[in-house]
Amino acid sequence: MPDSAPRPNVDPSFPFAWPAEGLTRIPDWVYTSSEVYEREVERIFHGPTWNFVALEVELPEPGSFRRSFVGPTPVVVARDAAGAIHVFENRCAHRGAELCRPQGGKATELICPYHQWTYDLAGNLTAVPFRRGLKNQGGMPKDFRLEEHGLKKLKVATRGGVVFASFDPNMPSLEDYLGPEMLRDFDATFDGRKLRLLGYYRNTVPANWKMYHENLKDPYHATLLHAFLVSFGLLVAGNKSAMVVDASGRHGTMASARPPEMPKLDAETKTQMRAFSDELRLAEPRFLDYVREFDSPWSVTMQTIWPNFVVQRELNTLGVRQIVPRGPNEFLMVWTMFGYEGDSDEMTRHRLSQGNLMGPSGFLGIEDNEAMRFVQQGVMRSDTDESLVALGGIEEGTSNHLITEAAIRSLYRHYRDVMGL
Amino acid sequence: MDSGGAPASLRELRLEIEEFNADYAAVLDAGRVQDWPAFFTEDAIYRITGRENADADLPVGLVYCEGMGMLRDRALAISRTTMFAPRYLLHQVTNTRVLAVEPSGEISAEANYALFETLVDEKTTLQQVGRYHDRFLRQDGRLKLRARHCVYDSLIIDTALIYPV
Repeated sequence: MPDSAPRPNVDPSFPFAWPAEGLTRIPDWVYTSSEVYEREVERIFHGPTWNFVALEVELPEPGSFRRSFVGPTPVVVARDAAGAIHVFENRCAHRGAELCRPQGGKATELICPYHQWTYDLAGNLTAVPFRRGLKNQGGMPKDFRLEEHGLKKLKVATRGGVVFASFDPNMPSLEDYLGPEMLRDFDATFDGRKLRLLGYYRNTVPANWKMYHENLKDPYHATLLHAFLVSFGLLVAGNKSAMVVDASGRHGTMASARPPEMPKLDAETKTQMRAFSDELRLAEPRFLDYVREFDSPWSVTMQTIWPNFVVQRELNTLGVRQIVPRGPNEFLMVWTMFGYEGDSDEMTRHRLSQGNLMGPSGFLGIEDNEAMRFVQQGVMRSDTDESLVALGGIEEGTSNHLITEAAIRSLYRHYRDVMGL
Repeated sequence: MDSGGAPASLRELRLEIEEFNADYAAVLDAGRVQDWPAFFTEDAIYRITGRENADADLPVGLVYCEGMGMLRDRALAISRTTMFAPRYLLHQVTNTRVLAVEPSGEISAEANYALFETLVDEKTTLQQVGRYHDRFLRQDGRLKLRARHCVYDSLIIDTALIYPV
């Protein structure tokens, strides 16, 4: 149930009205309501969006398959004998069992363990045991046709080794969906070099899935929450930075360029940033070195691609993050860390060392997850029923400074339109 | 190595490693993370990773430290700069096995661990279960870890794994 009282002139079957102040307020029910969540699954994850499902490097040869998700919905991503990638629901057409159990592997067909209905790697039904019955008894009706009972198939798009899927068969191209501002930074990471898989992290966060997008559209938090960045000179307010928003408002890139040397901060900036300490020194500061390898003016880009995808290029540690919502109050994050084929052993170890920044034990990752947990607890348990996103006034879209929440407002303009709110 | 037929010296060694692990756990359970690097050699490797990575020979670590400097940096960052809710941690280390003693004296061993976490206003949870895959050296008469790979079965971390395990 919404935690604000229904207002007059509101659809009684969906009794939610945005606060009158507009986009500088976010009502708590976007984070807590089951009804809002169900509409999100229907209109966003099962609607006209491209969702990340896998990296091509995870499907190295014909017959490779992986479990994945589109929103909360389990899917299988598979490469068929001819090399084409298919995405289909992980739900047997017969009784609904989630049939693909291993995280990934290699197979020539997928067989449901319950009654052994058998599918090819494009999701087509190829065999049903006892289809004609036994000794003229039982079996499927005479007009049963295998081709009418395949697994539900999704539309597939790939770019730079990244695989996306959509439940909407009429989706525009991935390129049109991302737009030119997002493609620029996406292509800087996925620049044609073949990827080398380094491994996975998985964690849940007891918070609403949209908070992950908001956190990466909130450059204000970076120098305040993340004392590590500030203490060790990785990011300070005043570094060259940008919060780029696409034309639709749903995607974003938080970008910053690191100065070559540890900056000297003036007294006023230090006072504003409580996290700053002159005394802390790292024993191995080399792990934070930035080896220039990208065609980009930015040393860090954090890209949020609506609705379930994050591309992390933090110096030389690279990863993609898949957001899997599990109801309004929790999401699963699947992190896939990678480098490039041809990386020297030293470069791989540099990426792994720098990986200490990110993930559920990362110096930054810990803090993001903890902060989102705190916000969800706040919005679920309090009597107050909205939060304030007024930094930068009412401006929306791209900003070239950090002290703004414009990108969050842009996201919620898009969201309200899609959700009918 | 079948400990049923182990000579007395290997049993002694297993007991010594069990004592080492009890001291190691006591330091972490007390929240004394800045004392944790002292259990390692100068060139030690420390890594925490999911079993899916270890089984597939994928090198990533939730925590990945090469050498004393990185161990100290992690201890410094967690104790001085990182924001997280206060908590108690409790390790249980069991099933210690000595796998081999190299001619060089390097000892290969493993042990299972369970890590319980208690946050303010929350019930105690099992944060993770896993296994230490260790290489020990003896320095100045005391065991030190030259490598500790903590491989956890609990593939989905609840929110964040803050301290070393």
